[in-house]
Amino acid sequence: MTDSANGQDYLPHLQEARSREPQDGYDTAVLSPGEQQLFGLEARNVSAWFSGHKVLERVSLHMEPGKVTALIGPSGCGKSTFLRILNRMHEMVQGAQLAGQVLLGGHDIYDPVVRPAEVRRRIGMVFQKPNPFPAMSIYDNVASGLKLSGIKVPDTSDLVEDSLRRAGLWQEVHRRLRSPGGALSGGQQQRLCIARSLAIAPDVLLMDEPCSALDPTSTNKIEETIAELSDQVTIVIVTHNMQQAHRVSENCAFFLATHDTPGYIVEFGPTEQMFTNPADQRTSDYVNGRFG
Amino acid sequence: MTTVGTSPRQPGLASVDEPIRIRTVTPEDVLTLVGAAIGALGLDWLVYERLLPFTGALGFWVCWYVLFALFYIAAAAMRWSRLVVRDKAIAVLVSTGGIFATAVVVDQIAYSFVKSLPAIVHPNFWTQTMVNTAVLQPLSSGGIVHAAVGSVEQLAIATVLSVPLGITAAVFLAEIGGALARPVRTIVNAMTALPSIIAGLLVYALVVLSFGLGKCGLAAGIAISIVMLPTVTRAAEVVLRVVPGTLREASFALGASHWRTVWKVILPTARSGLATAVVLAMARGIGETAPVLLVAGFSDTMNANAFQGWQATLPTLIFNNVFVEGEYPKLVERAFGAGFALMLVVVVLFAIARFLGGKRPGELTKRQVRQLRREAEQP
Repeated sequence: MTDSANGQDYLPHLQEARSREPQDGYDTAVLSPGEQQLFGLEARNVSAWFSGHKVLERVSLHMEPGKVTALIGPSGCGKSTFLRILNRMHEMVQGAQLAGQVLLGGHDIYDPVVRPAEVRRRIGMVFQKPNPFPAMSIYDNVASGLKLSGIKVPDTSDLVEDSLRRAGLWQEVHRRLRSPGGALSGGQQQRLCIARSLAIAPDVLLMDEPCSALDPTSTNKIEETIAELSDQVTIVIVTHNMQQAHRVSENCAFFLATHDTPGYIVEFGPTEQMFTNPADQRTSDYVNGRFG
Repeated sequence: MTTVGTSPRQPGLASVDEPIRIRTVTPEDVLTLVGAAIGALGLDWLVYERLLPFTGALGFWVCWYVLFALFYIAAAAMRWSRLVVRDKAIAVLVSTGGIFATAVVVDQIAYSFVKSLPAIVHPNFWTQTMVNTAVLQPLSSGGIVHAAVGSVEQLAIATVLSVPLGITAAVFLAEIGGALARPVRTIVNAMTALPSIIAGLLVYALVVLSFGLGKCGLAAGIAISIVMLPTVTRAAEVVLRVVPGTLREASFALGASHWRTVWKVILPTARSGLATAVVLAMARGIGETAPVLLVAGFSDTMNANAFQGWQATLPTLIFNNVFVEGEYPKLVERAFGAGFALMLVVVVLFAIARFLGGKRPGELTKRQVRQLRREAEQP
């Protein structure tokens, strides 16, 4: 099994950024129960535009290491855009711009010396729609991150097994690792995508509505997977499902946008408090299903 | 007690379910169609052969088709509503159009095959050259193997030159784009319309004369590659564009660089489509005649060296036999035989492309199967 401490060896540029003094504020590296270094994410005054149209207004959010942070809010409030800013996927869209800082373990991922590909290797992402590579088998899908990001490990099949076990898929597929990944059910495909992200040992896993295309049973399995992963990797999850946010997350941020103002964070805090005793009336209305 | 989730079967029902037949063709539909066809035939014969001063099979059948369509619509209008009539009339027109297009292709292939039969039944047709055979000699002497060798060699050269270049250009257009993509796409589109003789002239001036290569198979291969290049590029670009953007995102999110994404995700996903693109271009390239004649000349002897000396190909052999030598019946039959061989090559190319590109994603190659077996045998 590889862990993120080993992963750093492949990232000279990010290390270079790290060798500088960490910026003030949270230094977010802590140790997991397995003595593994965990990194948190911190967004500072993040704004975003699409073709000059502002969609996010100075969002600051601290995503604690080794915890699950849920981003909730109605459609079009900029949650997904914010999530994609966290691993530099936002800039892939034509006409997309942003401002502000995102710190991984105290270092800005938008630092000019950092390559986007390195950031994305450290901060994995699971998408709304399962997207396994159709031209690859289950095994190759899990191992694809190694090839794609140029990581070499001593034993690929061990890593594949370990990643599939962590994603809760091993029992279901270990007899047919060589069959195509597209032949699995939707829920299995999504867990395959989670295993694929885990194989390259990211520090943070971003999930963009990972269960919105899945049935309740599959959703349940993914949530179990998230619960098991939460002490190994920092997780940020966007969800429309209030109950899901309540079940899986430790911290929760409520985003809101109106038709003439860009999205911003109304309230942020421990999930329990957000759902039982929110400070803002709008949060209370939203989590209780009175709008959105 | 109530049962939840299952309904008790009603007594007296058959135990086996019969699927109901949806969209059955009624006798009325068929009879309307047949009646219109026969009625049109009768009227057509009367009018065309007896009343009007026209002759000729083509005109007869064109008139028959028009009458058939009118009869069918009229008969349908008597029974069904306007909407149904329009639907049925268009269905009949579209189906007959499809049948006609298929019939033309089948007719061409069957005609060439029948005409080529006298030549291709002789084994020597496939094994000998024309070096010792005069124009009037029987078909039991001489063959086309020299032209087949020339065709295959030149096509191989053209493919090796045009496919990597064409796919690279397609990757540029589909993946990188930018300000340069527009002029490149315009030029590629213009090249599709380029008369192939122009490609021949370019190669003649540049390669044959300026570089002093002389007329040879290599020059013809280069000319064919110019013809193939836009076909590969356009078809490959279309195929690359249909690769879902979600896969591109997934690859980037795993920390892949752009070129690794193209190399490991996009090209493998588009593999079968790319194989089709290549075969389309090869099928276009192998039929080229004019530029090949210009830069590779023609020969009755076997010349397997593509880098030196004139070389015959199947299309130039057909051209030579029918046009240059005059219409000797035996030579025309040989030309049809060469045409049949040409179609055979195209069919083989398609089969190879299906074999290479048609393998389902994730399916194992024989080498991988052997490797897995070896791994399994090790303790």
